[in-house]
Amino acid sequence: MRPRWIITLALTLLLAGCTGGGGNGSANGRITLRFQSLAWQDESVTANKELVKEWNATHPDIKVEYVQGSWDSVHDQLLTSFEGGEAPDIIHDASDDLADFAYGGYLADLRDLLPARLKSDIPQRSWATTTFGDGIYGVPFLQEPRVLIANATWLKKADVRIPTPEHPWSWPEFRAITRQLSGDGKYGVAWPLKEPVSATLNLSLSAGGELFHRGADGKVTVRFDKADQVVPRTIHDQVDVDHSASPTTLGSGGSDTLPGFFGGKYAMIPLGFSYRQQIVQQASKGFAWQVLPAPAGADGLAQGVSPQTLSIAEDSPHKKQAAEFLDFLLQPKNMVRLALGDWMLPTGTQALQNPALHTTKDDWATGTALADDLASAPAQSVRGYPEWKDKVATPAFQEYYSGAITLTDLRQRLQKDGNLVLARYQR
Amino acid sequence: MRTSSTSGMRTSTGARAGQYAALLAYLVFLAFPLLWLISTAFKSPRELGSLHPTWIPRHPTLANFRQAFDEQPLLHAALNSLLAALGAALIAVVIATPMAWVMARRRTLLARAATGWVVVSQAFPFVLVIIPLFLVLKNLRLIDSLAGLVLVYVVWSLPFALWMLVGYVRAVPPELEEAAAVDGAGKLRTLVSVTAPLLAPGIVATALFAFVTAWNEFFFALVLLKTPDKQTLPVVLTHFIGAEGVADLGPLAAAAFLATLPSLIVFALIQRRITGGMLTGAVKS
Repeated sequence: MRPRWIITLALTLLLAGCTGGGGNGSANGRITLRFQSLAWQDESVTANKELVKEWNATHPDIKVEYVQGSWDSVHDQLLTSFEGGEAPDIIHDASDDLADFAYGGYLADLRDLLPARLKSDIPQRSWATTTFGDGIYGVPFLQEPRVLIANATWLKKADVRIPTPEHPWSWPEFRAITRQLSGDGKYGVAWPLKEPVSATLNLSLSAGGELFHRGADGKVTVRFDKADQVVPRTIHDQVDVDHSASPTTLGSGGSDTLPGFFGGKYAMIPLGFSYRQQIVQQASKGFAWQVLPAPAGADGLAQGVSPQTLSIAEDSPHKKQAAEFLDFLLQPKNMVRLALGDWMLPTGTQALQNPALHTTKDDWATGTALADDLASAPAQSVRGYPEWKDKVATPAFQEYYSGAITLTDLRQRLQKDGNLVLARYQR
Repeated sequence: MRTSSTSGMRTSTGARAGQYAALLAYLVFLAFPLLWLISTAFKSPRELGSLHPTWIPRHPTLANFRQAFDEQPLLHAALNSLLAALGAALIAVVIATPMAWVMARRRTLLARAATGWVVVSQAFPFVLVIIPLFLVLKNLRLIDSLAGLVLVYVVWSLPFALWMLVGYVRAVPPELEEAAAVDGAGKLRTLVSVTAPLLAPGIVATALFAFVTAWNEFFFALVLLKTPDKQTLPVVLTHFIGAEGVADLGPLAAAAFLATLPSLIVFALIQRRITGGMLTGAVKS
């Protein structure tokens, strides 16, 4: 008897749980928009949900439904939803993930949808990250510079000059200082380079490195010039010549380096600005840390970023209303709430002036001072970049940093092998 | 003779010790991730950032579990997973059992073709089928429903379930079915009353396989379910993971630990059946 009631119960529960697909659109004159957010930290999820609640309270005819997405597999999930015509109306993503969707016609061109206020509030260099061809396919709203998180006590004891956004270290100075800080099994820096390509390319903008060059015919080729070599050479020399950078963290993610940082093994770690949240959570009481700007090169503190974005699906029947919601969500005060929740910087110029982003607490002020130097990541709009990155650049950089190949080998692989890959996408 | 025998004993003892050592190493290898997960689930953020991690948390805390439950609807997601997994397991077994019997007992062209299909179907990665599958389910109005997800899980686990059950059916002596036929039982009666009870260990193993596959499945659930209320546990677990793989490690470990429990419990409850020797003495040799 027992198995029979278990089967009956299971089938009953199953049928109870099986309901038909929900739809978006209008019912009783009321529009429902689905907003898929990738917010994941508690503070950030709360901020997003509160803003949706506030919108729904003041807009009875346009209901926004909050859908929790995930950064993990977002690309595949969106691609399938687009293909199946079931994509959310409002889509949270990152600018470096948009190219395929924009060129594929899945995202709405926002140029005629967004209000002038929002267009003028966000600087052109940020809009460049979501501009593909002639259209704009997302609103860049949160971004973060890569900074040096430093053990303040260690640096003070070593009596090194502390860099500021006004007087940053140069790349050679940075190398000299990490050498000075190293010894006795301790390292001046630990580079977490699980994703070596984006880190290297984005920081290389400071030295004027662009790597991808667009010709008059619109075709892109890879050229690994002197300016492109400054950052890779510095990292390589720190690891393999000076032994001032830990060789074991080259394959690690940012979080993996934190125990060594807290344990006094590394004086500095180059990380995204938002990692401060983890540091505040995990650092023991009394551990003094500070945020320093990344080293500067010929082009100052410039570095590439891929901001978080909000887009509207081309198939959405309510693009105008979705754009109205975006305008609400990205009002300066709301953008500040989202930025604080994610420990990142807003792209809006008005939001950036908010006093909460200029406090010395958790070194917000240092990061905010870098906002003007953030530009579109070099590879942002290059078709074929993901394949170039995975098949050519990632192994080449990993081998170079670990000392397995020379700079000449690296150049040859990035250019020769890389251009073959890119050519296939530009026929 | 005596020397030779002692030497043989020594070799045997040495080999046995080696076997146990290999088994122990394998068990440690298998258990390590789970034990580390449990250890992490009870550690505070500060302890997780320690340079010298310990197996036993220095200051065990339930804060990660509280945070996991506060931040995500874990119980609701677990219920969705349970419905999907139970549904998939039941339906897969109900369909696979008679199919396996036909494939094992009938040497027809169709049976051979079905066997070939089972093998070929294993060669397709899910990323290849997800978009066509999505469109089919959309036309059936089964997107964003657990019924659609169950259907996918059944289709996905059916080939391997069949493969498993065919082996079990072949192990059932045909003489028993012939005896039932002599006594006047029809095909269906023979299958239900004679073969199926003898297949119990195989059916249980197949059901377990289908259950665990569905319980752990992530990508189909991610793509097919839109409404947050319908999301399954593996999908909800990814909400603890942020951009570039940064994770809220403590709550993630706590939630993942809880997510492994049902599989462990189901396995513990029915594993005896899998190993049960129900055929012992059924036929005189």
